[in-house]
Amino acid sequence: MNSLVFVESAEGKIKKTSLEAVAFAHAMGGNVTAIAIGQTEQAELENLGKYGAKKVLHVADDKLNQGVIQAYAAVLAKAFQDEQADVLVLADSSLGTPVGARVAAKLDASLASNVVQLPDTSSGFVVKRSIYTGKAFANVSLTKPKKVIGIKKNAAEVKEVGSSASVTPFQVSLSDADFSTKITSSEKATGEVLLPEANIVVSGGRGMKGPEHWGSIEELAKTLGAATGCSKPVSDMGWRPHHEHVGQTGVKVAPQLYIAVGISGAIQHLAGVNSSKCIVVVNKDPEAPFFKAADYGIVGDAFDILPKLNDAIKAAK
Amino acid sequence: MKILVCISHVPDTTSKINFVENNTRLDTNGVQFIIGPYDDYALARAVELKETSGATITVLNVGQADTEPTIRKALAIGADDAIRVNAEPTDSFFVASQIAAQAKEGGYDLILMGRESIDYNSGAVHGIVGEMLGIPSISPVMTLDIEGTTAKLAREIEGGKEYLEVNLPFVAGCQEPIAEWKIPNMRGIMSARTKPLKVVEPVSTDSGVKLETYELPPAKGAVKMISADNVQELVSLLKNEAKVI
Ligand SMILES: Cc1cc2nc3c(=O)[nH]c(=O)nc-3n(C[C@H](O)[C@H](O)[C@H](O)COP(=O)(O)OP(=O)(O)OC[C@H]3O[C@@H](n4cnc5c(N)ncnc54)[C@H](O)[C@@H]3O)c2cc1C
Repeated sequence: MNSLVFVESAEGKIKKTSLEAVAFAHAMGGNVTAIAIGQTEQAELENLGKYGAKKVLHVADDKLNQGVIQAYAAVLAKAFQDEQADVLVLADSSLGTPVGARVAAKLDASLASNVVQLPDTSSGFVVKRSIYTGKAFANVSLTKPKKVIGIKKNAAEVKEVGSSASVTPFQVSLSDADFSTKITSSEKATGEVLLPEANIVVSGGRGMKGPEHWGSIEELAKTLGAATGCSKPVSDMGWRPHHEHVGQTGVKVAPQLYIAVGISGAIQHLAGVNSSKCIVVVNKDPEAPFFKAADYGIVGDAFDILPKLNDAIKAAK
Repeated sequence: MKILVCISHVPDTTSKINFVENNTRLDTNGVQFIIGPYDDYALARAVELKETSGATITVLNVGQADTEPTIRKALAIGADDAIRVNAEPTDSFFVASQIAAQAKEGGYDLILMGRESIDYNSGAVHGIVGEMLGIPSISPVMTLDIEGTTAKLAREIEGGKEYLEVNLPFVAGCQEPIAEWKIPNMRGIMSARTKPLKVVEPVSTDSGVKLETYELPPAKGAVKMISADNVQELVSLLKNEAKVI
């Protein structure tokens, strides 16, 4: 079984979730070819060999420095065929998931996203997907010869298994139609830990009382190297930007540690955090439903606990 | 402008999920079904576009007869007519094939739906429909404005957003804050009863995806409570027991 892995980068660096995709493909066995599209540092590309890629294809085309869904799908479909791969593996993301869907439709491949562990190939090709926003799983057989799978964060462990790989330029002639969507500009938080990929998330709810109190959330996040998140009403009221909103209708996170402060734990919020390894809840109400979903809990006032916790973590470092 | 809004019929976000028949079917006992929350955003934006620039809205659902109350609700919110493709929505490819078949017949200028349904969470239907129709697909879309035959959109990316321009027709997978959910009023509910709802049979497809079984995540252990005066203990548990910091 040979696989092609689509790797995404941000500011020239390969994303951690894409390294997981390479590790996932390596663990499936067979030859692994990685493909990067647009500006990516050469050393980063070579490094993909360490995580299991035999070969790395690089599509260096200035028109592809931004993620144009159709054009990316056209590139991946071409590489999928040229490399005679059986499976395209990609990390689910705001780009990967829609691109994967188009590739599957182009090549008549079986498609599954939100895959959480390696496929069971003992009879056929069965993947386990997260469904009902983390409340359940579905085991599904992918029966077509070609398959496209999107993996969820933490589906594979990134470890060094080889040495650096050689990078081959890859060219595709794209049509104007592939660029019928024009990206005119973008805005992106830079230099921060991005929420969907963070290992630790510190999240605040309505219990934080107002945007002026977010300093203590940010302090703690800084100490932990964490991303900041929030509940839906917090972003609805404009206390925090929309891309920090965690839950059923927002970002689904899967960090090692999720710290929820002043969030009641409504089922729609829990749906976005139930893949976290460890959950800490700070709430002044001992009856807050979030405690039932937590590993550790503190009943107390956020404004008292946050600075104390920050100091204690600093002291323990 | 003709707008097609595709809606899923899914368990309410507060539903407890359980399975029956050897873990091959959802236990619908006590489950209330709603318009998928993301689809509801798409519908709300379509209704706003209709109000500002005089569009017609067709709402489409792939589902069996029990989804009709959900479809009627979409009509009450402001869609003009509806199509139900009479089939169980088994997977993204199947659903997308049905949507594409109907879209080819209807000749829509704009196809809106949610970024994903909240049952299977695939986030794939918009992309597959776009590919099948040979038109752009954009998701997840946070804002959508139309001037003439051009649309301006914002798409969410990790940690921010990007702004795009595209000509009609195209497919968009929507999410907030594209519009505020709309609650049907009395007049809407009354008129929805008589709006046309056409039932069509599905086209046949081979999606190459077959459900084996469903399963529930393992039950979570009990929470350990720590005194507010002893945050050091929490830090040491996170370090030595959970090993997450
Ligand atoms: C279809 C649908 C989708 C939704 N999607 C989402 C979603 O994706 N994400 C989401 O978050 N919500 C979502 N919601 C909303 C959800 O139901 C809740 O309303 C929301 O999560 C509540 O946010 P909160 O916990 O911040 O606020 P509240 O429920 O108001 O909770 C505030 C908490 O703070 C505590 N508190 C107050 N003061 C302090 C203090 N000084 N110190 C410590 N604790 C304090 C209180 O005890 C309380 O538990 C959705 C709702 C619907 C209907």
